[in-house]
Amino acid sequence: MTREGWIRLAIVAAVIALLEALCRTGLIHRTVLLPPSEMVVSLWHILQVGELDSDILTTLRNVLLSALVASFLGFALGAVIHAVPRLRHAIEPLLASYYAIPTFMFYPIFIVVFGVGAQAIIAIAVLLSIVAMITATLTGLDRIPPVLRKTAKVFRMSPAKRAVMVDLPAAAPYLFTGVKLTFAYSLIGVIASEFILSGAGIGYAIAYAYNNFNNQRMYGLMLLVIIVAVAANTALDAVDRRLQARLRR
Amino acid sequence: MRKFGDFLILIVALIAVWQGLHMIAGDTTLTSPADTLARLVALMRTQQFWANAAETGQAFALALAISLVGGVGIGTLLGLNRTSGNVSEPILISLYSLPKVTLYPLVLLCFGLGMSAKVAFGAMHGLIPVALFTMKAIMHLKPVYLRTARAMRLSSGQVAATIALPAVLPEVMAGARLGFSLSLLGVLIGEMFASKRGLGFMINNAMGLGDIATIMAVAVFLSVFAIAANALLLVIDRAIPR
Repeated sequence: MTREGWIRLAIVAAVIALLEALCRTGLIHRTVLLPPSEMVVSLWHILQVGELDSDILTTLRNVLLSALVASFLGFALGAVIHAVPRLRHAIEPLLASYYAIPTFMFYPIFIVVFGVGAQAIIAIAVLLSIVAMITATLTGLDRIPPVLRKTAKVFRMSPAKRAVMVDLPAAAPYLFTGVKLTFAYSLIGVIASEFILSGAGIGYAIAYAYNNFNNQRMYGLMLLVIIVAVAANTALDAVDRRLQARLRR
Repeated sequence: MRKFGDFLILIVALIAVWQGLHMIAGDTTLTSPADTLARLVALMRTQQFWANAAETGQAFALALAISLVGGVGIGTLLGLNRTSGNVSEPILISLYSLPKVTLYPLVLLCFGLGMSAKVAFGAMHGLIPVALFTMKAIMHLKPVYLRTARAMRLSSGQVAATIALPAVLPEVMAGARLGFSLSLLGVLIGEMFASKRGLGFMINNAMGLGDIATIMAVAVFLSVFAIAANALLLVIDRAIPR
Protein backbone atom coordinates (compact mmCIF):
# COMPACT_ATOMS: atom_id res chain seq x y z
CA MET A 1 0.00 0.00 0.00
CA THR A 2 1.16 3.56 -0.66
CA ARG A 3 2.09 5.98 2.07
CA GLU A 4 -1.11 7.89 1.40
CA GLY A 5 -3.09 4.69 1.79
CA TRP A 6 -1.60 4.14 5.22
CA ILE A 7 -2.36 7.72 6.29
CA ARG A 8 -5.94 7.25 5.10
CA LEU A 9 -6.27 4.03 7.06
CA ALA A 10 -4.85 5.74 10.14
CA ILE A 11 -7.33 8.61 9.85
CA VAL A 12 -10.31 6.27 9.51
CA ALA A 13 -9.05 4.17 12.44
CA ALA A 14 -8.54 7.31 14.53
CA VAL A 15 -12.08 8.54 13.84
CA ILE A 16 -13.53 5.15 14.82
CA ALA A 17 -11.38 5.03 17.96
CA LEU A 18 -12.49 8.57 18.87
CA LEU A 19 -16.17 7.65 18.46
CA GLU A 20 -15.61 4.53 20.53
CA ALA A 21 -13.93 6.55 23.29
CA LEU A 22 -16.61 9.27 23.29
CA CYS A 23 -19.37 6.68 23.54
CA ARG A 24 -17.65 4.57 26.18
CA THR A 25 -16.96 7.55 28.43
CA GLY A 26 -20.58 8.64 28.11
CA LEU A 27 -19.86 11.99 26.43
CA ILE A 28 -22.19 10.81 23.67
CA HIS A 29 -25.21 9.23 25.22
CA ARG A 30 -26.19 5.67 24.32
CA THR A 31 -29.59 6.82 23.09
CA VAL A 32 -27.82 8.92 20.43
CA LEU A 33 -24.98 6.76 19.21
CA LEU A 34 -23.74 3.28 19.99
CA PRO A 35 -20.00 2.58 20.22
CA PRO A 36 -18.72 1.23 16.84
CA SER A 37 -17.70 -2.06 18.44
CA GLU A 38 -21.30 -2.69 19.51
CA MET A 39 -22.47 -1.89 15.97
CA VAL A 40 -20.18 -4.64 14.69
CA VAL A 41 -21.52 -7.07 17.29
CA SER A 42 -25.08 -6.12 16.37
CA LEU A 43 -24.42 -6.54 12.65
CA TRP A 44 -22.82 -9.93 13.29
CA HIS A 45 -25.86 -10.93 15.32
CA ILE A 46 -28.25 -9.77 12.56
CA LEU A 47 -26.36 -11.73 9.93
CA GLN A 48 -26.17 -14.85 12.11
CA VAL A 49 -29.79 -14.95 13.16
CA GLY A 50 -30.75 -14.31 9.56
CA GLU A 51 -34.24 -12.90 10.16
CA LEU A 52 -33.40 -9.89 7.98
CA ASP A 53 -31.79 -11.91 5.21
CA SER A 54 -34.79 -11.49 2.93
CA ASP A 55 -34.72 -7.69 3.44
CA ILE A 56 -31.03 -7.53 2.66
CA LEU A 57 -31.40 -9.69 -0.43
CA THR A 58 -34.41 -7.67 -1.63
CA THR A 59 -32.42 -4.45 -1.43
CA LEU A 60 -29.35 -5.87 -3.17
CA ARG A 61 -31.49 -7.39 -5.91
CA ASN A 62 -33.32 -4.10 -6.49
CA VAL A 63 -30.05 -2.15 -6.60
CA LEU A 64 -28.53 -4.53 -9.15
CA LEU A 65 -31.67 -4.61 -11.27
CA SER A 66 -32.02 -0.86 -11.38
CA ALA A 67 -28.30 -0.35 -12.09
CA LEU A 68 -28.59 -2.84 -14.94
CA VAL A 69 -31.71 -1.27 -16.41
CA ALA A 70 -30.33 2.26 -16.05
CA SER A 71 -26.99 1.31 -17.61
CA PHE A 72 -28.46 -0.34 -20.71
CA LEU A 73 -31.34 2.07 -21.17
CA GLY A 74 -29.08 5.05 -20.49
CA PHE A 75 -26.55 3.80 -23.02
CA ALA A 76 -29.24 3.24 -25.65
CA LEU A 77 -30.80 6.67 -25.06
CA GLY A 78 -27.36 8.30 -25.03
CA ALA A 79 -26.49 6.70 -28.36
CA VAL A 80 -29.77 7.88 -29.91
CA ILE A 81 -29.36 11.42 -28.55
CA HIS A 82 -25.80 11.48 -29.83
CA ALA A 83 -26.93 10.44 -33.29
CA VAL A 84 -29.50 13.25 -33.60
CA PRO A 85 -27.73 16.59 -33.06
CA ARG A 86 -30.92 18.62 -33.04
CA LEU A 87 -32.46 16.48 -30.30
CA ARG A 88 -29.23 16.80 -28.43
CA HIS A 89 -29.21 20.59 -28.54
CA ALA A 90 -32.74 20.64 -27.23
CA ILE A 91 -32.21 18.07 -24.51
CA GLU A 92 -28.83 19.23 -23.21
CA PRO A 93 -30.07 22.08 -20.99
CA LEU A 94 -32.52 19.60 -19.49
CA LEU A 95 -29.75 17.06 -18.83
CA ALA A 96 -27.56 19.75 -17.27
CA SER A 97 -30.24 20.67 -14.76
CA TYR A 98 -31.74 17.21 -14.32
CA TYR A 99 -30.14 16.59 -10.96
CA ALA A 100 -31.69 19.79 -9.70
CA ILE A 101 -35.09 18.10 -9.89
CA PRO A 102 -35.91 16.39 -6.61
CA THR A 103 -36.74 13.07 -8.28
CA PHE A 104 -38.02 11.60 -5.04
CA MET A 105 -41.02 13.85 -5.20
CA PHE A 106 -42.30 11.58 -7.96
CA TYR A 107 -41.98 8.44 -5.82
CA PRO A 108 -45.57 8.72 -4.58
CA ILE A 109 -46.78 8.73 -8.21
CA PHE A 110 -44.88 5.53 -8.89
CA ILE A 111 -46.39 4.01 -5.77
CA VAL A 112 -49.84 4.78 -7.08
CA VAL A 113 -48.97 3.39 -10.52
CA PHE A 114 -47.06 0.27 -9.46
CA GLY A 115 -48.24 -0.19 -5.89
CA VAL A 116 -45.95 -0.46 -2.86
CA GLY A 117 -43.31 -2.90 -3.99
CA ALA A 118 -40.16 -3.55 -5.92
CA GLN A 119 -41.36 -2.02 -9.21
CA ALA A 120 -41.97 1.47 -7.83
CA ILE A 121 -38.61 1.39 -6.06
CA ILE A 122 -36.72 0.23 -9.14
CA ALA A 123 -38.50 2.83 -11.26
CA ILE A 124 -37.44 5.70 -8.98
CA ALA A 125 -33.86 4.36 -8.74
CA VAL A 126 -33.65 4.11 -12.53
CA LEU A 127 -35.03 7.64 -12.86
CA LEU A 128 -32.35 8.86 -10.47
CA SER A 129 -29.44 7.05 -12.09
CA ILE A 130 -30.20 6.95 -15.81
CA VAL A 131 -29.10 10.49 -16.59
CA ALA A 132 -25.59 9.80 -15.27
CA MET A 133 -25.33 7.02 -17.85
CA ILE A 134 -26.77 9.15 -20.66
CA THR A 135 -24.27 11.93 -19.93
CA ALA A 136 -21.39 9.45 -19.71
CA THR A 137 -22.40 7.91 -23.06
CA LEU A 138 -22.53 11.32 -24.71
CA THR A 139 -19.09 12.23 -23.33
CA GLY A 140 -17.66 8.86 -24.34
CA LEU A 141 -18.92 9.09 -27.91
CA ASP A 142 -17.74 12.71 -28.16
CA ARG A 143 -14.23 11.84 -27.06
CA ILE A 144 -13.55 9.16 -29.66
CA PRO A 145 -10.42 10.44 -31.43
CA PRO A 146 -11.24 11.38 -35.05
CA VAL A 147 -8.22 9.38 -36.22
CA LEU A 148 -9.93 6.16 -35.12
CA ARG A 149 -12.96 6.98 -37.23
CA LYS A 150 -10.73 7.78 -40.18
CA THR A 151 -8.88 4.49 -39.74
CA ALA A 152 -12.20 2.66 -39.73
CA LYS A 153 -13.07 4.42 -42.98
CA VAL A 154 -9.74 3.40 -44.48
CA PHE A 155 -10.52 -0.21 -43.61
CA ARG A 156 -13.98 0.22 -45.17
CA MET A 157 -15.76 -1.03 -42.05
CA SER A 158 -19.52 -1.18 -42.07
CA PRO A 159 -21.20 1.12 -39.49
CA ALA A 160 -22.14 -1.88 -37.35
CA LYS A 161 -18.64 -3.28 -37.42
CA ARG A 162 -17.19 0.15 -36.65
CA ALA A 163 -19.54 0.54 -33.70
CA VAL A 164 -18.48 -2.78 -32.18
CA MET A 165 -14.78 -2.77 -33.03
CA VAL A 166 -13.87 0.92 -32.79
CA ASP A 167 -16.46 3.11 -31.09
CA LEU A 168 -17.36 0.84 -28.19
CA PRO A 169 -13.80 0.03 -27.04
CA ALA A 170 -12.76 3.67 -27.48
CA ALA A 171 -15.67 4.94 -25.38
CA ALA A 172 -15.46 2.10 -22.83
CA PRO A 173 -13.63 3.99 -20.06
CA TYR A 174 -16.25 6.76 -20.09
CA LEU A 175 -19.06 4.24 -20.25
CA PHE A 176 -17.65 2.47 -17.22
CA THR A 177 -17.60 5.72 -15.27
CA GLY A 178 -21.29 5.95 -16.12
CA VAL A 179 -21.93 2.42 -14.88
CA LYS A 180 -20.12 3.24 -11.65
CA LEU A 181 -22.27 6.31 -11.05
CA THR A 182 -25.39 4.34 -12.00
CA PHE A 183 -24.61 1.84 -9.28
CA ALA A 184 -23.98 4.52 -6.65
CA TYR A 185 -27.18 6.40 -7.51
CA SER A 186 -29.21 3.18 -7.65
CA LEU A 187 -28.07 2.30 -4.16
CA ILE A 188 -29.07 5.75 -2.93
CA GLY A 189 -32.40 5.60 -4.78
CA VAL A 190 -33.38 2.15 -3.59
CA ILE A 191 -32.50 2.69 0.05
CA ALA A 192 -34.05 6.15 0.22
CA SER A 193 -37.31 4.89 -1.32
CA GLU A 194 -37.44 1.96 1.08
CA PHE A 195 -36.81 4.38 3.88
CA ILE A 196 -39.70 6.69 3.03
CA LEU A 197 -42.37 4.17 2.12
CA SER A 198 -41.99 0.48 1.59
CA GLY A 199 -42.69 -2.87 3.18
CA ALA A 200 -39.35 -4.56 2.69
CA GLY A 201 -35.63 -3.93 2.33
CA ILE A 202 -32.77 -2.58 4.39
CA GLY A 203 -34.03 1.00 4.25
CA TYR A 204 -37.41 -0.12 5.56
CA ALA A 205 -35.76 -2.20 8.31
CA ILE A 206 -33.73 0.83 9.44
CA ALA A 207 -36.80 3.10 9.49
CA TYR A 208 -38.74 0.40 11.35
CA ALA A 209 -35.99 -0.01 13.93
CA TYR A 210 -35.80 3.78 14.35
CA ASN A 211 -39.54 4.04 14.95
CA ASN A 212 -39.33 1.27 17.55
CA PHE A 213 -36.31 2.74 19.37
CA ASN A 214 -34.36 -0.39 18.45
CA ASN A 215 -30.99 1.36 18.27
CA GLN A 216 -29.05 -1.87 18.33
CA ARG A 217 -30.56 -3.14 15.14
CA MET A 218 -30.66 0.31 13.50
CA TYR A 219 -26.93 0.91 13.93
CA GLY A 220 -26.07 -2.64 12.89
CA LEU A 221 -27.94 -2.14 9.63
CA MET A 222 -26.46 1.32 9.10
CA LEU A 223 -23.02 -0.24 9.39
CA LEU A 224 -24.03 -2.86 6.82
CA VAL A 225 -25.12 -0.16 4.34
CA ILE A 226 -21.91 1.79 4.88
CA ILE A 227 -19.77 -1.33 4.38
CA VAL A 228 -21.63 -2.37 1.21
CA ALA A 229 -21.53 1.16 -0.27
CA VAL A 230 -17.85 1.73 0.48
CA ALA A 231 -16.79 -1.74 -0.67
CA ALA A 232 -18.73 -1.56 -3.95
CA ASN A 233 -17.55 1.97 -4.58
CA THR A 234 -13.91 1.15 -3.90
CA ALA A 235 -14.01 -1.89 -6.19
CA LEU A 236 -15.69 -0.02 -9.06
CA ASP A 237 -13.35 2.93 -8.55
CA ALA A 238 -10.29 0.68 -8.83
CA VAL A 239 -11.49 -0.67 -12.20
CA ASP A 240 -12.40 2.87 -13.27
CA ARG A 241 -8.90 4.14 -12.49
CA ARG A 242 -7.29 1.38 -14.53
CA LEU A 243 -9.50 2.14 -17.51
CA GLN A 244 -8.81 5.87 -17.18
CA ALA A 245 -5.09 5.14 -17.08
CA ARG A 246 -5.49 3.27 -20.35
CA LEU A 247 -6.88 6.45 -21.88
CA ARG A 248 -3.78 8.42 -21.03
CA ARG A 249 -1.46 5.93 -22.67
CA MET B 1 -32.80 31.26 -31.20
CA ARG B 2 -33.38 27.99 -33.02
CA LYS B 3 -31.86 26.19 -30.05
CA PHE B 4 -34.40 27.82 -27.78
CA GLY B 5 -37.17 26.82 -30.19
CA ASP B 6 -36.05 23.20 -30.07
CA PHE B 7 -36.04 23.36 -26.29
CA LEU B 8 -39.61 24.66 -26.33
CA ILE B 9 -40.64 21.82 -28.66
CA LEU B 10 -39.09 19.37 -26.20
CA ILE B 11 -41.04 20.86 -23.29
CA VAL B 12 -44.26 20.69 -25.30
CA ALA B 13 -43.44 17.07 -26.20
CA LEU B 14 -42.88 16.23 -22.51
CA ILE B 15 -46.24 17.75 -21.59
CA ALA B 16 -47.85 15.78 -24.43
CA VAL B 17 -46.31 12.55 -23.07
CA TRP B 18 -47.64 13.45 -19.63
CA GLN B 19 -51.11 14.03 -21.09
CA GLY B 20 -50.87 10.70 -22.93
CA LEU B 21 -49.88 8.84 -19.76
CA HIS B 22 -52.77 10.52 -17.98
CA MET B 23 -55.19 9.25 -20.62
CA ILE B 24 -53.83 5.70 -20.28
CA ALA B 25 -53.58 5.67 -16.50
CA GLY B 26 -56.72 7.60 -15.63
CA ASP B 27 -57.49 10.45 -13.26
CA THR B 28 -56.97 8.57 -10.00
CA THR B 29 -53.41 7.59 -10.91
CA LEU B 30 -51.99 10.58 -12.70
CA THR B 31 -53.65 13.96 -12.93
CA SER B 32 -53.55 15.75 -16.27
CA PRO B 33 -51.22 18.74 -16.80
CA ALA B 34 -54.18 21.14 -16.79
CA ASP B 35 -55.61 19.77 -13.53
CA THR B 36 -52.19 19.87 -11.92
CA LEU B 37 -51.76 23.50 -12.90
CA ALA B 38 -55.23 24.30 -11.57
CA ARG B 39 -54.38 22.61 -8.27
CA LEU B 40 -51.08 24.44 -8.08
CA VAL B 41 -52.83 27.79 -8.60
CA ALA B 42 -55.39 26.87 -5.95
CA LEU B 43 -52.63 25.85 -3.54
CA MET B 44 -50.74 29.05 -4.16
CA ARG B 45 -53.76 31.03 -3.00
CA THR B 46 -53.70 29.35 0.39
CA GLN B 47 -51.61 30.69 3.23
CA GLN B 48 -50.70 27.19 4.36
CA PHE B 49 -48.80 26.47 1.14
CA TRP B 50 -46.64 29.54 1.53
CA ALA B 51 -46.04 28.77 5.21
CA ASN B 52 -44.77 25.32 4.20
CA ALA B 53 -42.75 26.74 1.32
CA ALA B 54 -41.19 29.30 3.65
CA GLU B 55 -40.27 26.58 6.12
CA THR B 56 -38.59 24.52 3.41
CA GLY B 57 -36.98 27.61 1.88
CA GLN B 58 -35.49 28.66 5.20
CA ALA B 59 -34.06 25.21 5.91
CA PHE B 60 -32.74 25.01 2.35
CA ALA B 61 -31.12 28.47 2.45
CA LEU B 62 -29.30 27.64 5.69
CA ALA B 63 -28.21 24.21 4.41
CA LEU B 64 -26.96 25.73 1.16
CA ALA B 65 -25.02 28.47 2.97
CA ILE B 66 -23.33 25.88 5.20
CA SER B 67 -22.58 23.68 2.19
CA LEU B 68 -21.02 26.46 0.14
CA VAL B 69 -18.98 28.16 2.86
CA GLY B 70 -17.96 24.91 4.52
CA GLY B 71 -17.33 23.09 1.25
CA VAL B 72 -15.14 25.78 -0.28
CA GLY B 73 -13.26 26.14 3.03
CA ILE B 74 -12.66 22.42 3.49
CA GLY B 75 -11.83 21.94 -0.19
CA THR B 76 -9.28 24.76 -0.14
CA LEU B 77 -7.62 23.53 3.03
CA LEU B 78 -7.34 19.94 1.80
CA GLY B 79 -6.40 20.87 -1.76
CA LEU B 80 -3.49 23.16 -0.92
CA ASN B 81 -1.37 20.22 0.15
CA ARG B 82 -0.91 17.37 -2.32
CA THR B 83 -0.71 14.65 0.34
CA SER B 84 -3.79 15.77 2.24
CA GLY B 85 -5.66 16.00 -1.05
CA ASN B 86 -4.71 12.51 -2.17
CA VAL B 87 -5.45 11.08 1.25
CA SER B 88 -8.89 12.63 1.59
CA GLU B 89 -10.17 12.25 -1.97
CA PRO B 90 -11.27 8.57 -1.73
CA ILE B 91 -12.76 9.24 1.70
CA LEU B 92 -14.81 12.14 0.32
CA ILE B 93 -15.90 10.10 -2.71
CA SER B 94 -17.02 7.26 -0.45
CA LEU B 95 -18.98 9.69 1.71
CA TYR B 96 -20.51 11.18 -1.43
CA SER B 97 -21.76 7.84 -2.75
CA LEU B 98 -23.08 6.73 0.63
CA PRO B 99 -26.89 6.57 0.85
CA LYS B 100 -27.07 9.30 3.46
CA VAL B 101 -30.71 8.59 4.17
CA THR B 102 -29.61 5.70 6.32
CA LEU B 103 -27.86 8.21 8.55
CA TYR B 104 -30.95 10.38 8.98
CA PRO B 105 -32.02 8.67 12.22
CA LEU B 106 -28.59 9.54 13.61
CA VAL B 107 -29.11 13.18 12.61
CA LEU B 108 -32.54 13.12 14.24
CA LEU B 109 -31.10 11.67 17.44
CA CYS B 110 -28.38 14.35 17.48
CA PHE B 111 -30.47 17.39 16.60
CA GLY B 112 -33.98 16.36 17.56
CA LEU B 113 -37.03 16.80 15.37
CA GLY B 114 -37.23 20.19 13.75
CA MET B 115 -35.43 22.78 11.73
CA SER B 116 -31.85 22.02 12.81
CA ALA B 117 -32.09 18.35 11.80
CA LYS B 118 -33.35 19.31 8.34
CA VAL B 119 -30.59 21.87 7.90
CA ALA B 120 -27.95 19.39 9.05
CA PHE B 121 -29.27 16.74 6.71
CA GLY B 122 -29.38 19.13 3.74
CA ALA B 123 -25.85 20.33 4.49
CA MET B 124 -24.66 16.71 4.73
CA HIS B 125 -25.78 16.21 1.15
CA GLY B 126 -24.45 19.48 -0.24
CA LEU B 127 -21.16 19.95 1.61
CA ILE B 128 -19.25 17.00 0.15
CA PRO B 129 -19.64 17.69 -3.59
CA VAL B 130 -18.67 21.34 -3.10
CA ALA B 131 -15.60 20.33 -1.08
CA LEU B 132 -14.68 17.64 -3.61
CA PHE B 133 -14.92 19.95 -6.63
CA THR B 134 -13.02 22.78 -4.92
CA MET B 135 -10.30 20.44 -3.72
CA LYS B 136 -9.78 18.84 -7.13
CA ALA B 137 -9.69 22.24 -8.83
CA ILE B 138 -7.08 23.58 -6.44
CA MET B 139 -4.99 20.42 -6.75
CA HIS B 140 -5.04 20.68 -10.53
CA LEU B 141 -4.17 24.36 -10.60
CA LYS B 142 -1.56 24.92 -13.30
CA PRO B 143 1.84 25.09 -11.58
CA VAL B 144 2.83 27.96 -13.85
CA TYR B 145 0.22 30.19 -12.18
CA LEU B 146 1.81 29.69 -8.80
CA ARG B 147 5.29 30.17 -10.22
CA THR B 148 4.17 33.42 -11.80
CA ALA B 149 2.77 34.49 -8.47
CA ARG B 150 6.10 33.75 -6.84
CA ALA B 151 7.95 35.67 -9.52
CA MET B 152 5.70 38.65 -8.81
CA ARG B 153 6.27 38.19 -5.08
CA LEU B 154 2.60 38.11 -4.19
CA SER B 155 1.64 37.49 -0.59
CA SER B 156 -0.35 34.32 0.11
CA GLY B 157 -3.49 36.41 0.59
CA GLN B 158 -2.98 38.00 -2.81
CA VAL B 159 -2.33 34.58 -4.34
CA ALA B 160 -5.64 33.30 -2.98
CA ALA B 161 -7.64 36.36 -4.02
CA THR B 162 -6.12 37.16 -7.41
CA ILE B 163 -4.93 33.79 -8.70
CA ALA B 164 -6.24 30.67 -6.97
CA LEU B 165 -9.86 31.75 -6.54
CA PRO B 166 -10.45 33.08 -10.08
CA ALA B 167 -8.69 30.03 -11.51
CA VAL B 168 -10.90 27.52 -9.70
CA LEU B 169 -14.13 29.51 -9.98
CA PRO B 170 -15.60 27.44 -12.86
CA GLU B 171 -15.15 24.18 -10.95
CA VAL B 172 -16.46 25.73 -7.76
CA MET B 173 -19.53 26.84 -9.70
CA ALA B 174 -20.04 23.29 -10.98
CA GLY B 175 -19.74 22.03 -7.41
CA ALA B 176 -22.14 24.72 -6.23
CA ARG B 177 -24.75 23.62 -8.79
CA LEU B 178 -24.52 20.05 -7.54
CA GLY B 179 -24.49 21.23 -3.93
CA PHE B 180 -27.59 23.31 -4.62
CA SER B 181 -29.62 20.36 -5.93
CA LEU B 182 -28.38 17.91 -3.35
CA SER B 183 -29.05 20.11 -0.34
CA LEU B 184 -32.57 20.75 -1.66
CA LEU B 185 -33.03 16.99 -2.03
CA GLY B 186 -31.64 16.44 1.47
CA VAL B 187 -34.00 18.95 3.06
CA LEU B 188 -37.00 17.49 1.21
CA ILE B 189 -36.19 13.88 2.09
CA GLY B 190 -35.71 14.98 5.67
CA GLU B 191 -39.15 16.56 5.63
CA MET B 192 -40.74 13.54 4.01
CA PHE B 193 -39.43 11.19 6.65
CA ALA B 194 -39.90 13.16 9.84
CA SER B 195 -41.41 16.62 9.96
CA LYS B 196 -44.67 18.38 10.58
CA ARG B 197 -44.02 21.33 8.27
CA GLY B 198 -42.57 22.03 4.88
CA LEU B 199 -43.19 20.99 1.29
CA GLY B 200 -41.76 17.51 1.85
CA PHE B 201 -44.27 17.01 4.65
CA MET B 202 -47.06 18.26 2.37
CA ILE B 203 -46.14 15.63 -0.21
CA ASN B 204 -45.89 12.89 2.37
CA ASN B 205 -49.24 13.91 3.81
CA ALA B 206 -50.84 13.94 0.36
CA MET B 207 -49.33 10.52 -0.28
CA GLY B 208 -51.11 9.20 2.81
CA LEU B 209 -54.38 10.71 1.60
CA GLY B 210 -53.92 9.47 -1.97
CA ASP B 211 -54.16 13.09 -3.15
CA ILE B 212 -52.25 12.79 -6.43
CA ALA B 213 -53.11 16.29 -7.65
CA THR B 214 -51.37 17.89 -4.67
CA ILE B 215 -48.32 15.64 -5.02
CA MET B 216 -47.98 16.49 -8.70
CA ALA B 217 -48.59 20.20 -8.08
CA VAL B 218 -45.89 20.43 -5.39
CA ALA B 219 -43.48 18.26 -7.41
CA VAL B 220 -43.94 20.47 -10.46
CA PHE B 221 -43.53 23.62 -8.35
CA LEU B 222 -40.24 22.28 -6.93
CA SER B 223 -38.99 21.10 -10.32
CA VAL B 224 -39.66 24.47 -11.96
CA PHE B 225 -37.98 26.26 -9.07
CA ALA B 226 -34.96 23.94 -9.21
CA ILE B 227 -34.57 24.12 -12.99
CA ALA B 228 -34.95 27.91 -13.00
CA ALA B 229 -32.35 28.32 -10.24
CA ASN B 230 -30.06 25.93 -12.04
CA ALA B 231 -30.45 27.78 -15.33
CA LEU B 232 -29.57 31.01 -13.53
CA LEU B 233 -26.43 29.39 -12.08
CA LEU B 234 -25.53 28.12 -15.57
CA VAL B 235 -25.87 31.64 -16.98
CA ILE B 236 -23.60 33.00 -14.25
CA ASP B 237 -21.22 30.12 -14.93
CA ARG B 238 -21.03 30.96 -18.64
CA ALA B 239 -20.46 34.64 -17.85
CA ILE B 240 -17.29 33.88 -15.90
CA PRO B 241 -14.33 34.82 -18.11
CA ARG B 242 -11.83 32.03 -18.52
